[in-house]
Amino acid sequence: MLRKFSFFQMRKLKETVIEKGLQASALVTIAVTVGIILVLSIEAILFFKEVSIIDFFTDTQWTPLYTDKHFGIITLLSGTLLTSFIAIIFAVPVGLSISIYISEYAPRSFRKTIKPALELLAAVPTVVYGFFALTVVTPFLQTFIPGLAGFNSLSAGLVMGIMIIPFVSSLSEDALHAVPNSLREAAYGMGSTKLQNAFRVLVPAASSGIIVSIILAISRAIGETMIVAIAAGQQPRLTLDPTVPVETITAYIVQVSLGDVQHGSLEYRTIFAAGITLFIFTFLLNTISYRIRKKFREKYE
Amino acid sequence: MELQFTLGTGGRVNSNKMKKDKDTIDKTLKRKHKLQAKEVKVFYDDFMAIKGIDMNIRANKITAFIGPSGCGKSTFLRLFNRMNDYVDGFRLEGEILIDGENIYKKKVNVEQLRKQVGMVFQKPNPFPKSIYENVAYGLKIQGIKDKNFLRQKVEDSLKQVGLWNEVKEDINKSALALSGGQQQRLCIARTLAVEPSIILMDEPTSALDPISTAKIEELIYELKEKYTIVIVTHNMQQAGRISDYTAFFYMGELIEYDKSKKLFTNPEKKQTENYITGRFG
Ligand SMILES: Nc1ncnc2c1ncn2[C@@H]1O[C@H](COP(=O)(O)OP(=O)(O)OP(=O)(O)O)[C@@H](O)[C@H]1O
Ligand SMILES: [Mg+2]
Repeated sequence: MLRKFSFFQMRKLKETVIEKGLQASALVTIAVTVGIILVLSIEAILFFKEVSIIDFFTDTQWTPLYTDKHFGIITLLSGTLLTSFIAIIFAVPVGLSISIYISEYAPRSFRKTIKPALELLAAVPTVVYGFFALTVVTPFLQTFIPGLAGFNSLSAGLVMGIMIIPFVSSLSEDALHAVPNSLREAAYGMGSTKLQNAFRVLVPAASSGIIVSIILAISRAIGETMIVAIAAGQQPRLTLDPTVPVETITAYIVQVSLGDVQHGSLEYRTIFAAGITLFIFTFLLNTISYRIRKKFREKYE
Repeated sequence: MELQFTLGTGGRVNSNKMKKDKDTIDKTLKRKHKLQAKEVKVFYDDFMAIKGIDMNIRANKITAFIGPSGCGKSTFLRLFNRMNDYVDGFRLEGEILIDGENIYKKKVNVEQLRKQVGMVFQKPNPFPKSIYENVAYGLKIQGIKDKNFLRQKVEDSLKQVGLWNEVKEDINKSALALSGGQQQRLCIARTLAVEPSIILMDEPTSALDPISTAKIEELIYELKEKYTIVIVTHNMQQAGRISDYTAFFYMGELIEYDKSKKLFTNPEKKQTENYITGRFG
């Protein structure tokens, strides 16, 4: 009786400790997030005290490290969007095809092996991808695009696309897989071919999940740093030409962080202004995907 | 209506007399027996779900399949539109004929077959699309694009199932907003839109309330003029009310198959009697 009691007490103590521990780690996470946002905002505000926010969004040059300083963020933004756009244009059709193939065509055993194998793509260190883009893809592309510069958004974008394929394919496949079998039966029962079933019934039915996967992939592409820093170059340029060097927001942040600008200087603060722009972008994307996911859940429950 | 689900039947030569005679015999048979099963066995891996069934199902009649759960009604029904093809481990022995033609032959176009043999499922399963898109689906996948034709066909089909007046204002709204009974009638309309000659129904009212059930029963009854209907049901009254013929299945075998009136009032077999009087199953 006594032993049982003490055992019970022990267990209760253990549970309290674990509970407090979990609570503490949750709080730490929140605190860190708030801290990051705070630092970003403070430094960004200090930056905007010196640089007009209108210039920031309308200037077409980005030269904070030169004597003739310009702070046109759209220059960096264009680099980010261009590389991300190339990545998405490549990754979405490929990723979606893979997901449709895996969920509707492939034998079940194949499905079990291919999915983890694909997810391995996301586990390759991005610095490896960066060098792959610079030393393999660019020279390869140069053989049939003669004007292609050594650093360019095309090969950086394509390789980034390879990296984000699993984001698209894995989540899309989950979404397709979650479509109730009764819809497949309905489609086949009406005389649909496999292809018609996939594209006219399953993809629309899984559209919210597929859209979420694409948004997450975009958000991943926009935040990607190493590949673009290595392969796209570090020359801020407002352009839509994928064959010339550009600089993305992330690549700029790396460049300045690794350089020797003085803490507290205006040059130093540019990285926070750039950082907060990036943050707002990815934050918006994540919010949208969260909303869609919530709606999607309601639909099937 | 003749079935045309095989590829390349156009080149058939009917020159000699013997063949002609045979065709006439076949045709009379076809008219009478729309669906036929010949020594049919179905396996799921090693498990034999259908243990050798011979059966002829008549054209333009309603045939009900009854029997205890797991006796193979669905399995047998789904042979006629080859819906079991997707089941892992499924294997068929014997022949399934529609209008005298073996539908499991290699050259059969399964998609074409399913346009002729519509199916309505136990749980209403409309596509998560608008009402209009649901009904137009079967025509659209056949490549029909004529808007006026589609609209007319959608309206006709919805009228056929008595849904038109209820939904004509909401034709572009999601089909998922309809009630269960309305959804099931929509699913029937969707099937009718492609003009099948045979409709298979697997417990089409078991998920519905009594009023919706009554509506659908009435509808099925009206449909038999134009269609050959096979319906699986657990509801004896329903089978008695609407069907012309009833087949009683038990453990993968066809125990008794007769005019419904006869089967329900004066069954030949003891097992049938026990089942319909509720003594087992
Ligand atoms: N996909 C499958 N894989 C393996 N066995 C199956 C499969 N589908 C059905 N069976 C088996 O085949 C037998 C017949 O099943 P079927 O679904 O045809 O019965 P049923 O008469 O329609 O039953 P219910 O009235 O419950 O719908 C059952 O024993 C079932 O367990
Ligand atoms: Mg069944």
